[in-house]
Amino acid sequence: MPTSHTAASETETTSAEPAAEAGQTQQPPRGRPDPARQRWLSVLAKSPREELEALAPDSLHSLTWRSLRAPEIGTLMLRGRTGGDGAAFNLGETTVTRCSLEVEHAGQSLIGHGYVLGRDKRHAQLVALLDALLQHPQQREALETCVVAPLEAMQDARRRRQARKAAATKVNFFTLVRGDD
Amino acid sequence: MYVAVKGGEKAIENAHAWLAELRRGDPALAELGVEQIVQQLRLAVDRVMTEGSLYDPELAALAIKQARGDLIEAIFLLRAYRTTLPRFAAACPLDTARMALKRRVSATFKDLPGGQVLGPTFDYTHRLLDFALAAEGAAPEPAPEAEPDVAGTLPRVTDLLAGEDLIETAQSAEDEERHVADITRESLSLPAGRDLRLQMLARGDEGFLLALAYSTQRGFGNSHPFAAEIRGGQVDVSLVPEELGFEIEIGEIEVTECQMVNQFLGGEETPPQFTRGYGLAFGQSERKAMAMALVDRALRAAELGEESDAPANDAEFVLYHCDNVQATGFTEHLKLPHYVDFQSELSMLRRLRAEFLAREDSGEGDDQEAAE
Repeated sequence: MPTSHTAASETETTSAEPAAEAGQTQQPPRGRPDPARQRWLSVLAKSPREELEALAPDSLHSLTWRSLRAPEIGTLMLRGRTGGDGAAFNLGETTVTRCSLEVEHAGQSLIGHGYVLGRDKRHAQLVALLDALLQHPQQREALETCVVAPLEAMQDARRRRQARKAAATKVNFFTLVRGDD
Repeated sequence: MYVAVKGGEKAIENAHAWLAELRRGDPALAELGVEQIVQQLRLAVDRVMTEGSLYDPELAALAIKQARGDLIEAIFLLRAYRTTLPRFAAACPLDTARMALKRRVSATFKDLPGGQVLGPTFDYTHRLLDFALAAEGAAPEPAPEAEPDVAGTLPRVTDLLAGEDLIETAQSAEDEERHVADITRESLSLPAGRDLRLQMLARGDEGFLLALAYSTQRGFGNSHPFAAEIRGGQVDVSLVPEELGFEIEIGEIEVTECQMVNQFLGGEETPPQFTRGYGLAFGQSERKAMAMALVDRALRAAELGEESDAPANDAEFVLYHCDNVQATGFTEHLKLPHYVDFQSELSMLRRLRAEFLAREDSGEGDDQEAAE
């Protein structure tokens, strides 16, 4: 289990003493990027909640879990870059909903985080639940096949459709020949 | 001087009841749904999100409905709502080079990689009222599709020019820990850095910025701009949550970006090259992004050693007046009771007139008597 999970559990649970110290350090621990987790978090967050509900396994509803951070709505300051590639500037905010929870499953305690754009608390909670389960070695493959891959395919299809519509509006220039001089 | 006066509660209550009735309109007609506004009045939603400085289409649509279509009122509502939410963090800067494009045009290069992609634009429409839209009819056919000839994302036009050193490179992006100015947390002080200027222009009133941009083209400002690129589409939003410590994508938003290039004759230390003005706005907000880019460049005139005596060159003038919530607050507050203020003006005026007339009566105004 990556170290960032334990760090998160320490700051969120009430009793652990190291939590107080950890809370005073200024910089959050820089976790090592986990490409697999980055991918599923992205796919789950970008999918409409209805699609998540439809594909999530029934077992999700009978899970034992406790809330570390109840779903909460806030904002995120979006940034652009001067000229597209220069120094950052604040563009404006977006609404965002986040949720953290701890799932007890098959002898393992797993911490899941959900961040989604918008104000849908259930969406953030679903992402957190699935994020926790996807970290379980015995669950990952099934969830990957039944949830993540199909959602990703639907996103790709929407994106491709847009690209095809855009391509149909591409200008094909032709030159008028003025005749021989 | 303001004096608290009680009264008017019943009148205010009744006024708001009438407002609610008029907002709903004829109850025999179907009520306008928020989702209908999101879908069918999308460009109004985009403007309210941009100037309300909060990306949330449903909230912007609700604000438009509540404001009866008064967009500045809707922007005000969205700004007020924003202040009720905690801010979790700042996102990683949007990468517009990786935009999923709906539209991408360049007025400077005809044959650029990926070509000129018009997207869902009003350009080249005839601006004739379409009475078919007034009649209920079937939904239009889905738009035609074609195979894209370039797979993946397209480079920005300014990146193509940068290779030859013909265009200024953007200010360094190296120092990511640098403090980024934020007008929602700090009050404006001059001189304002470009980060603060861009934030204020992004939130600024489209009409005001449009007029300023236009003024630079007509001669109030020395501007010879080309639209190097306008692109619109979706970009990923990502952040580094403290609890994870690495970057994750959490959704995507739609933006419009405009890169203007202006000729620059060079200074003592810089060779002649193209300089850049930049515009970025939420949603499909092309006019706004273009106006913003022109005004951004106009505000750089002094730093580039150009003449800078036009209104659009004056950061104090532009930045202090571009926010329509501030502007409407101060302009519209004039309709609130100023009874005591006005009473004092009135009594002073009466005294001055009495003194004037007394001087006249005492014979100082002989020649005026004839006129009377």
